[in-house]
Amino acid sequence: MAGSLARDVWRFLDERFLISDLAGFARKKMVPEHRRSFWYFFGGICLFLTGIQVATGGLLLLYYTPHVDAAHESIQFIMGGVKFGWLIRSVHSWTANILIGMMFVHMFSTFFLKAYRKPRELTWVTGFLLLVLFMAFGFSGYLLPWNELSYFATRVGTDIAGSLPLIGPWLKTVILGGPEVSQATLTRFFWFHVALLPAVALSLVAVHVLLVQTLGMSKPIGERGKREIPFFPDFIYKDALGWTVILVLVGVLCVFLPWEVGAKADPLASTPLGIKPEWYFTFMFSTLKIVPAHILSIEGEKLAILGFLAGGLLWMLVPFLDRRARREEKNPLWTWIGLALAAYIVVMTVLTYTVPNL
Amino acid sequence: MKIPIVRLLAVAALFAPLAAFGQKNGCIDCHDQLDDELKAPVAAFAADVHREYGLSCEDCHGGNPATDDIGLAKDKSYKGAPARGLIPVFCGGCHADAAAMRAFNPALRTDQLSQYETSRHGLLLKSGDAKVAVCTDCHAVHGILSAKMPKSTIFPWNIPQTCGRCHSDRELMAGYRIPADQVEEYMGSVHAKALFEKKDLSAPACNDCHGNHGAYPPSVTSVAAVCRQCHPSAGELFSQSPHKKAFDELGMGECETCHGNHRIEPPSTSMIGTDAGAVCVQCHDPGSRGFETAAEIRRTLDGFSAAYDEVEGLLGLARRKGVEVSDAEFSLLDVHTVLVSAENLTHGLDAAAISKAVAEGEQALGGVRTAARGAVDEASFRRRGLAVTTAILALFGAALALKVRRMGRLRRGEGSPGSPGPTVP
Repeated sequence: MAGSLARDVWRFLDERFLISDLAGFARKKMVPEHRRSFWYFFGGICLFLTGIQVATGGLLLLYYTPHVDAAHESIQFIMGGVKFGWLIRSVHSWTANILIGMMFVHMFSTFFLKAYRKPRELTWVTGFLLLVLFMAFGFSGYLLPWNELSYFATRVGTDIAGSLPLIGPWLKTVILGGPEVSQATLTRFFWFHVALLPAVALSLVAVHVLLVQTLGMSKPIGERGKREIPFFPDFIYKDALGWTVILVLVGVLCVFLPWEVGAKADPLASTPLGIKPEWYFTFMFSTLKIVPAHILSIEGEKLAILGFLAGGLLWMLVPFLDRRARREEKNPLWTWIGLALAAYIVVMTVLTYTVPNL
Repeated sequence: MKIPIVRLLAVAALFAPLAAFGQKNGCIDCHDQLDDELKAPVAAFAADVHREYGLSCEDCHGGNPATDDIGLAKDKSYKGAPARGLIPVFCGGCHADAAAMRAFNPALRTDQLSQYETSRHGLLLKSGDAKVAVCTDCHAVHGILSAKMPKSTIFPWNIPQTCGRCHSDRELMAGYRIPADQVEEYMGSVHAKALFEKKDLSAPACNDCHGNHGAYPPSVTSVAAVCRQCHPSAGELFSQSPHKKAFDELGMGECETCHGNHRIEPPSTSMIGTDAGAVCVQCHDPGSRGFETAAEIRRTLDGFSAAYDEVEGLLGLARRKGVEVSDAEFSLLDVHTVLVSAENLTHGLDAAAISKAVAEGEQALGGVRTAARGAVDEASFRRRGLAVTTAILALFGAALALKVRRMGRLRRGEGSPGSPGPTVP
């Protein structure tokens, strides 16, 4: 009787959601296996962490109050008064940072394996846009606790945006909702963080995952092996192993280093010494600090910002610029460019935290 | 006759900056080319507060700055540099003249000279001792800065150094038979810590107790009044205590008998009681009523203080272990206020009042203690939870790893006989 009911329910759902077809697709889908297939797992880890972000973010919304008089207090209440609130917030904050780190690893591994070549150009472009969007998630989310560090880091960050040529002052006003970091800014950042960015990012994640599923995983240039493993269940099991390791890491971090609440922001206080943005912005932040005041009579900082924008655009268009990769030929020039960029990001980030006054 | 002079000075003050563009100043031009002490006034005067108000050399020293001829410059109005003993009167020419000062800074007091004349310095100067401090010793000569400027010699955190230039000079002070360790002693005091470490400009420096221009050592009867300027509550309690009558009868000062004068240590409960470090045993013999009261007060305060320290330690432990305890820490601040109030009550020597305050504090501390213990338990719960979760995840991970390995072997055809074949199509 129960078996018959279950079969009826299954048939009802299958006819409407085409589950058998999807399951058949998953069973037939194969993933190349070679000595560098380890790097495939970072995409799955990013997706897993994105899921955690959505779940924990949704729970934080139950208690968070986006108001300058209550935001900090609500975070304090989440950390001290809500059962397991400390865990939810710490998981949200730690996984956000780990996610961006993993996205960088995923992006560079994709770059060095030349997985962006035809027909996966749009997978690369959507992936790059996702990194930019998640960095925007980080920037907007950093202000929400309304603590001293986040307040002044936002002020410094938006000042940088304001120094852009032509559109700078307008852009800064749009971001802040006025001339200063205020209630209007908090409202906007909250709206960015929980409405606009999730809608855009999750749509892009859907496109990115759909492209990965339909086009399959790319094999590195010159990889002649034909070994493959089924996506389901073999690859998923391996993915799950990676997720388990990440879960343990996040658990240890949350228990031993729960995310701090910090002192409440005081707009009348002077900017604390050594204020820094989140670590994933520091390579750009420190570049702006060391760039000469003027380069060829152009303001150095503006030139550097334009350089980052142009560099980001070129990086996004790599699949269309690397013509040799499109012909399945190795291209050491792009590999060296990628290595130089990765080294630059790592060195500048490390220097930011090790060199005094940088 | 004074009114035209005042008006003249006021007009000069208003137009001096403009006039400076078009007019030469023979004093500055000439002295700027000289050496050492004759050139020094020019450099120092550049930042002088008088210059900011448009005054120049001739306003104090007379003479005619419009000419390059040294003979003509030193005309009938030329006064030159005053003799050391005449400096107070020289400066007082303007600074004791309310009408003259109104043209520049109406809020500035004009009683400095009359105060100085009543000071120890002023009285000694009048008796012919020209070594004592005059205006320029504290305010500098040509580089006089407003008292509001942090670099001023009379800005609060520069005052001990300014006074110490003479009062730490053992050779100079020996002539007056006064010690030269006051600044050294003061620098070890709770007041100096507040002024120099916390940068609390309201903390007293030398002048706040001794006076500025009318500086004079406070007498035994006036020390208590000096301390009461900032510590009225302690003073009021003392006045109601049995000590007041006893101290008055014995001719003893009040506050300084227990706290000292220049080197006033941060107050603590160790000052009270019957052990070697306590001040009570200086007067009260074992077995006396005062001795017993001191012991009782110390026991009460020590008990409360120890309980406070224990709870503070628990909260610190919980915070270090990552538990959010800011609410409890805030409540502990209220308890700390009660502790300080109870310590302050010792000035009244009323053991019952102290016990009552401590009882109220202990009640408040009980709530914080519960919260602190809860926070420490929470930290332990989190660690136990992590251990259990990690163990479960490790088991899950190990099972997954074994499964993945088995599937790999099956795919490669290494499966055991009878096991299902590879699932790869």
